[in-house]
Amino acid sequence: MILQCLIIFACLAVGEVVVMLTGIKFPSSIIGMILLCTLLKTGVVKYEKIKGMANFLISNMGFFFIPPGIALMLYFDIIKAQFWPIFVSALLSTIIVIAVTGWVYQLTNRKRNG
Amino acid sequence: MDNSIVLLALTFGIYYVASIIRKKTGVIVLNPILITIAVMICVLKIADISFDTYNEGGKYIEFWLKPAIVALGVPLYKHLDSIKKHFIPIFLSQLAGCLAGIISVIAIADVMGATDEVIISLAPKSVTTPIAIEISSTLGGIQSLTAAVVVCVGILGAVIGYRTMSLIKLNDDISKGLAMGTASHAVGTAASMEVNPIHGVYATLGLIINGILTSFLTPIILRIMGYIS
Repeated sequence: MILQCLIIFACLAVGEVVVMLTGIKFPSSIIGMILLCTLLKTGVVKYEKIKGMANFLISNMGFFFIPPGIALMLYFDIIKAQFWPIFVSALLSTIIVIAVTGWVYQLTNRKRNG
Repeated sequence: MDNSIVLLALTFGIYYVASIIRKKTGVIVLNPILITIAVMICVLKIADISFDTYNEGGKYIEFWLKPAIVALGVPLYKHLDSIKKHFIPIFLSQLAGCLAGIISVIAIADVMGATDEVIISLAPKSVTTPIAIEISSTLGGIQSLTAAVVVCVGILGAVIGYRTMSLIKLNDDISKGLAMGTASHAVGTAASMEVNPIHGVYATLGLIINGILTSFLTPIILRIMGYIS
C-alpha cells in the first residue's frame, strides 16, 4: 500500500515540479498520468504493483468531485444573472460535442476499415 | 462537536444511498454525484452552514482527485496498442469535437443574449478545470464563472451522456468513451468508467487530447468570431 501511494504521489509530484519549473498552464495530474503510463510501458513500474491502488482511485473518482460540485453554491449569484444563456448553451453544446465526436470517430474508423 | 466530521459522514451516507437507488432502479439519470451535490447544498442552505465550513472536511475528499487522475495512467497503459491502432480516427474525432464544442457554445450563448465576458468564460467549458480557468482568465473571462460552468458541464454530461448516445445511435465502445471524455472531462470519464472500463480508457484520452486542443483553439476561434482582438 505504501509503495503504491509512493508511485502515485511521486508521479504527481513530478507533474507539480514540471508545472512549477516550466510555467506551462497544464494540470500536474495529467502530466503525472502520462508519466505513470510511461513508467508502466518501460517496465520501471510493474502493473501488479500498482493495480490495487489504481483501481480503488479510479472506481471512486466520481465521488471525489462532490466537494467542487457543492462549491457551486458559491456561484449561484454569478450564474443567476444570465442563467438561461449559460444553461441552454452549455446543455446543447455538450450534446453537440458528444454527437460530433462520436459520429466522426465512427465514420472515419469505418471508412478506414471498409 | 466537529461539524466537518458530521458533514463528511453525511456526504458518504447520501452518496451510498444514492448509489443503491441507481443500482435498484437502473435509471442512469439518477446520478449519485448529482444527487449528493443537490442534497448537500440543500442541507447546507437549510442549516445555514457556509461552504467554507463544509470544505474543512470536504477538502479531504477533493484531495484524492489529482491522485485519481494520475491513476488513469494504468488503464491508458493497458490499451496503448489499441490507441495506436486507432490513432487517426481518434485524432480527427477530437479535432471535430473540440471545434464543435467551442463554436456551438459561443454561437448559442450569443444568440441568447449573453455578454462577451460570459461568452469568453463559457468557451472552454468542456475541458478540465485548471485548463479551462487558465484559458478563460488569459482571454478576459470570469474565472469563477468558468469554474462553475465546467463542473455543471461535467455533471450534465454524466447525467445525459448515455441517454444522448443511445438516441443518436452511437454504438461503438471507443466512440462512446471518446464522446464522454471530450464533452465532459473527468466527470464524464468517471461516469463512463462505471459503465464500461473500455469507455473509461477512451474518455481519458478524450479528456487529455481535448484539453490540449482547446487551449490552442479557443483563442483562435474567439479572435476569428470577433470576441477578442
